[in-house]
Parts: sequence; structure tokens; C-alpha cells
Amino acid sequence: MIALDDLATPFQLTVREEAFGAITVTYKGKTIVLTPDQALASVSGRLVSLPAPTAHSGRRWFVPVEFISRALALVYDVRLELRKPSRLLIVGDLRVPRITLRYDPLGTSGRLTLDATPRALATVTQETNRLLIKYEADAIDVASPPLPEQSSKDLLQAVRVVDATTLAVDLGPRFASFRATSQPVDTTARLVIDLLAQTETAAQPPPPPGATPPGAAPAPATPPPPAPPELPPAFGQSSSAIHTVAIDPGHGGEDAGVKGAGGAIEKDLTLAIARRAKGVIEARLGLRVLLTRDDDRNLPIDERTAIANNNKADLFISLHANASLRKATSGATIFTAAFERDAAANATAGGADRVPTFGGGARDIELVLWDLAQTRHLDRSATFAGMLEQQMRERVPVAAQGLDRAALRVLESANMPAVLVEVGYLTNPEQEALLKTDAFQNSIAQSVYEAVVRFRDALSEGGTR
Amino acid sequence: MSAGRRMVVIAGLLSLIALGALFATFMWTTRWSGRATTSTTASAATPPPAAPAEPGRRIKARLFYIAAGGTRLTSVERDVAFGASAVEQAREIISAQIAPVVEPLVSAVPPGTTLRAVFITEGGEAYVDLSRDVVAAHPGGTINEMLSIYTLVNALTENLPAVTAVQVLVDGQEVETLAGHVDLRRPLAKNLAWVE
Repeated sequence: MIALDDLATPFQLTVREEAFGAITVTYKGKTIVLTPDQALASVSGRLVSLPAPTAHSGRRWFVPVEFISRALALVYDVRLELRKPSRLLIVGDLRVPRITLRYDPLGTSGRLTLDATPRALATVTQETNRLLIKYEADAIDVASPPLPEQSSKDLLQAVRVVDATTLAVDLGPRFASFRATSQPVDTTARLVIDLLAQTETAAQPPPPPGATPPGAAPAPATPPPPAPPELPPAFGQSSSAIHTVAIDPGHGGEDAGVKGAGGAIEKDLTLAIARRAKGVIEARLGLRVLLTRDDDRNLPIDERTAIANNNKADLFISLHANASLRKATSGATIFTAAFERDAAANATAGGADRVPTFGGGARDIELVLWDLAQTRHLDRSATFAGMLEQQMRERVPVAAQGLDRAALRVLESANMPAVLVEVGYLTNPEQEALLKTDAFQNSIAQSVYEAVVRFRDALSEGGTR
Repeated sequence: MSAGRRMVVIAGLLSLIALGALFATFMWTTRWSGRATTSTTASAATPPPAAPAEPGRRIKARLFYIAAGGTRLTSVERDVAFGASAVEQAREIISAQIAPVVEPLVSAVPPGTTLRAVFITEGGEAYVDLSRDVVAAHPGGTINEMLSIYTLVNALTENLPAVTAVQVLVDGQEVETLAGHVDLRRPLAKNLAWVE
């Protein structure tokens, strides 16, 4: 409960006891009427309920704290947001994301997941024995304590709030390096920080949760090489031509994609392979890998490409499984985008526009039509597709014509080199059985990793245009 | 009735006749204009044209089915009912193309799909409006989807010189894709790269 006269001064309210027993709260000509001992308020003629009745103690009147969000917010001309669990009242259009944290030990390493709602960008920097996570916001709203007590403090000792927008992760004695990735999940920005231990020179990166079916032993077809002792941080500091790779697990949610007779479903298969590829690329290359979806959800096609574009991904890989009405059809195919003849000519139809900038002056921005963004990356897309086909031919069955071009919606708007990989045919019983195996899925992940390495090297050497 | 009064009555009758003629001319002009607009912007296959096709008359057309390898189309020459206009002929070709077939032919258009209408613009873009089954019964997969679409695109562009591109509609509406892969938001030109 909160006293009305305590609210009156900061919120410029006039509180009066009326002759007929009611209490009126007035703000700029708008009136809230409270009736003693009733859990109701009349706000400009509209009734709202309160969790407790208005009560008096001595000469002061008390209302439940929800009065602010349920009644006062309706007449107030500035946004009022009450976050009771955090004991926080936000007045005005401030960006105060709510941060929730989770820590999952993963073998010898550990994964710290931070969800910021609504979305807020964060940067991660390392000081001697701690990581600082700074949010682009006016303040952050962190549950207290941020994390439950950990059974082992070898990697992570504690998470503390340092200032209004910064969290500090106190590191344990076995901490060696970290990698951070972020991606949007609905209205939330999810930041994942993997903490790697000093003795973690073992090859296999910790599989992301759910990457391996329960009971199935991970059996990579090719043992991955040892991870470098020091992985570069995910933000900045890298001279690589590729910083971010977007992997799009095809279909999802009610859109199951192809269903094999043996029970395999395209949406599950693509997600499993995407998680494996993400784990391998992040662990061994230290690149940021975004998944357009990391659960079973239906994403519109444009949203998949938008995630890659908005995160400035340097490479986009959409994963799918194929189907044919001829049951014997088999083998993987890698597609690049194809456009109708005159589309490429129209791709930069908007040309360059001169726009004013803050602080005076102007700069040129290049306008690229969304639907045709891929047209200027077609050569590099074909280069990457060729590299990926070569890697896949060494490991998995590939169709006689392993490279193809098609007017594929998810590739057309990608503003970076982009391919769509059909890993095999779920309509072919033998292929379906193969596609379900850990060995096959690891082989695809390994092929993607190898192709990314070669593509990165080729870009760094200026070998592709 | 005086001669003067008779003249007034005759003048009045003449005026009425003139007005009637004017009204009839106006109505005829309006209807004619309406027909002309319809025929210059889009020709609808339904309702059927006033002059139906000659019964029994047929043409040879190339229809497309999934090749043995499963990743390309193969073409087959078939007799198709003659259509008196480009729209009517397009309708006959698509109806023949989506009709059920028996092995060894395999159709890339899902079974149960029916043709709702065909429209052809002056620019040679054909709009093929199919029933929802073409989406609901589609087995998925990029290759299958490409073959479904280019079966329809090639069937019209290959057999009707007046048609240069084809857009597939579903239940009268534009769709993004049939099965989540191929962009259907604009008409697609003939592409024989998908044919063996």
C-alpha cells in the first residue's frame, strides 16, 4: 500500500476528501474517484478494479501500489509502467529492459544466457577477471539475485549489477576464454555467453541443448580438430572477412515441411543440423552464428532473411530437406538464387540518395530493392555454393547436378552471399534413414564449417568478387 | 382539336420519341464500352464464351511430367480440346495438364487440384487460378515445388505464343509460395532448363 499524499507531490496530484465520503484524485483536470473500503476506482467515468480497497490510517489514505498502473496511468500524460517484482516504477519513455539470466553447465564449459525484454543491444568486454555486459538502455531491470547459487564456481563465481546499465560476470579460476552471440527471440534479445575452461582442449565443442537426441551418442563422422586455446571474442577485434554467419533451419511450427514415411520431419531435421553447424563454427572459428529460429516455430520467409540482414550477417545458409514424387531420387543439392532476366538491371533502380545527417551535412546511401538484394551477391553466392558442394561430396551423397539455381524466396532478399541447401530426400526411404543419423548430420555440419573456412580465406585473399 | 393544338401534341410526341432514342443510344453505348473495357484489360475464361469450341476438334500440345530421375520435367505430346480463343485454349491446356495420369507418367501438380479460372492480360501474362489443393496436397521440397510451377508455366508458354509469363493464383489470391520455397509473387517466364 502507498499513501496518496506521498504520490501527490511527485505526480502533481490534488487529493481531496469530498463531502459525500469519496476521495478524488485530480491530475490536469482529469479525476479519479476512490470510495473508502472499496477495491474500485472510477477513472474518468470508467471503473477499474484494484487488488485491495482504499483504506485510511490516521488522517492518511492508502491505496494499493497497483493504483499507479491501473488508475493513474490512464489519466497521466507520461507513460507509467509499474514492475512490482523489481520494485520499479518507470515514468516516461525510458528504455529499461528486463534482464533474466540462466546458467547451464555444459561439461567442462558453461553457458550464460541473458534475455533482455524489450530488446536491447549489449556489448561484452573482458577485464582481468570479469566480463562486463553493457546494455544500450537508460537502465536495466535485473531480478535479484541475478543467478541462483552455483554448485561449482570454477568458471563463474557471480553475476553482479555494476551500474544502471552494466552487469559484471565474476570469473572463476578455470576460466580461459569466452564467446558471445546474440539473436532476437520475439520481443527479446537473447545474449548467449559460452565460458570455456582452461583445460578444455578437447576437440568436441559442447553440443547446444537439444542438438543430440536423448540416448544417442554423438558420433561425428570426422573428429573435429582441437579448438584453439584462445578463441577471439565475438564482438569486433577480428580481421576476418566473415564475422557473422546466419543459418536458417527451414520450416518450423505448423509448417512441418516434408514428412518422411519413416517419421522424419524436415523442420526437426533442419533445426538439428543447424544447431550442430552453429556449435562447430562458433567453437572452432569464434564467429558469431545466428540461427533464424532455435525452436519449433513458424517464421515467415521474409523474417528469416530480415534476421540475417538486420544482424549484418556475412553469409546466409538456409537448410532444407527435399522431396520427389519419384521415390528413388536421392542426393543433396545446393541452390543459389535465380532472377528473371531484367530483375538484376532493376536491382539498384533506387540508385544513391543523399540524406541529411544529425549535426548537419549529408551523406549518400545506396538504396537496394528488398526483393532483389541478392542480385549483387550472386557471384559470391555461387563461389560459396561450389565450395560447399565440394565439401559435401567428400562426406555425403550429392545429386549428379549438385548445384542449381531457382527463384527461391528466402534467398532473393538476402543482402549477403546466400545459399539454400537441400541435404537429401526424405521421400527416399534409404535417404530418410541416413538423414536421421548423427553421423550424417555431423557430416553436413562439418561440410558447412569447412566451406566457411575456405570462403573466409578466399575473401581475405581477395579471391572472390 | 384546333390545328395549333394538334401541332403542339405532335411536337410533344416527337420530343418523347427523340428522348427515347437518345436514352437507347446512351444505354447501348454504355454497354458496348463496358464490354470493350473488359476485353481489353483481361479476358476471363469463365463464364464460357458465347461461341463454344467446335465439338470434337483437337490440337496437339506439349504437356509436362516428372522425368524418371525425379529432378527434371519431361514433355509429352498430347491431344487437347480446341479452344476458340487464347483464354479458352489456355483453359483446355491447363485442364489437360492437371488431369490425373497413370504410370509411367507422374504429374508434379498435386492430385485433386482443379482449375478455377484463367486470365490473360494484353501483355501476355497469364494468371492460372487453382484450387487450394495445389497447396494443401503439395508434398513439399524445393525440387517438387519447382517442377509443379514450371509444369504450369511451360505448359502455357510452350503451347501458346500469346503467353509470355505465368503467375499461379490459389483460390483467386496471389500466394507467396506453394510449399515455402519458390517465389510466386510475380509471373514467371518459360524455363526449359527444368525440362530434360
